Amino acid sequence: MNAVATLPSVRHTVHVEAPREHAFGVFTRGIDSWWFRDHFLGTEPLQEVVMEPREGGRVFERGIHGAECDWGRVLVWEPPSRLVVAWQIGGDWKFDPDPAHASEYEARFIEEAPARTRVEFEHRLFERHGEAGRRIHDGVESGWPKLLAAYANLAKAG
Amino acid sequence: MQALGDPTRMAIFERLERGPLPVGEIARTLPVTRSAVSQHLRVLKDVGLVTSQRAANRQIYRIDADGVAGLRDYFDRFWHESLQSFKQAAEKSFKEKIR
Repeated sequence: MNAVATLPSVRHTVHVEAPREHAFGVFTRGIDSWWFRDHFLGTEPLQEVVMEPREGGRVFERGIHGAECDWGRVLVWEPPSRLVVAWQIGGDWKFDPDPAHASEYEARFIEEAPARTRVEFEHRLFERHGEAGRRIHDGVESGWPKLLAAYANLAKAG
Repeated sequence: MQALGDPTRMAIFERLERGPLPVGEIARTLPVTRSAVSQHLRVLKDVGLVTSQRAANRQIYRIDADGVAGLRDYFDRFWHESLQSFKQAAEKSFKEKIR
């Protein structure tokens, strides 16, 4: 089968009434303050989300009993202007250590005024999950259908 | 797969498995209205089973072969909501800092 066609990136822009340094800090070190509590991978309820503030730093969750579960790695750490993170969660909602299967998201922090920051966000390279996702699907019939069912429920709830 | 739980929706999905089609063509072969077909296509599209493309001034629908688009749509919604949450957290903590 041919390689999966490339999928368009997810892009969003958000304006934050705060200086760039502050916005960058909340987005990274402060990730736990804004992450939705029901988005986690482990079997334990979520205690906290951690982004280690450096290139190569881990992004992971810690459960209420201390179990850690990796989500990805910091690829580019350029405070206060730019962050790129590898998203290493596969179609089966498990950590996939192979960087070739990771998508990535980038956030750029642009100063519009001393206390106003434009954040340009992009999550790209979804097709990389697709190649791994198809293998998962072929193998155990989990993965994408589970994801789609979860998404359908989410869409219904919304 | 709840998205396919409806018999008409399943029939639409099966039509598309044979190849890409515009709404009118799908409706022509099924005992339902064009607007009903559009609604079903919307559900299928929302969960990433079907995708569409504009060609010659009309939407052509096709099966999304591996469902990866479902992941993309999921993340589109997920990040939209998460970034709003981030904005609120950043603005609140900045206000507290300068108070």
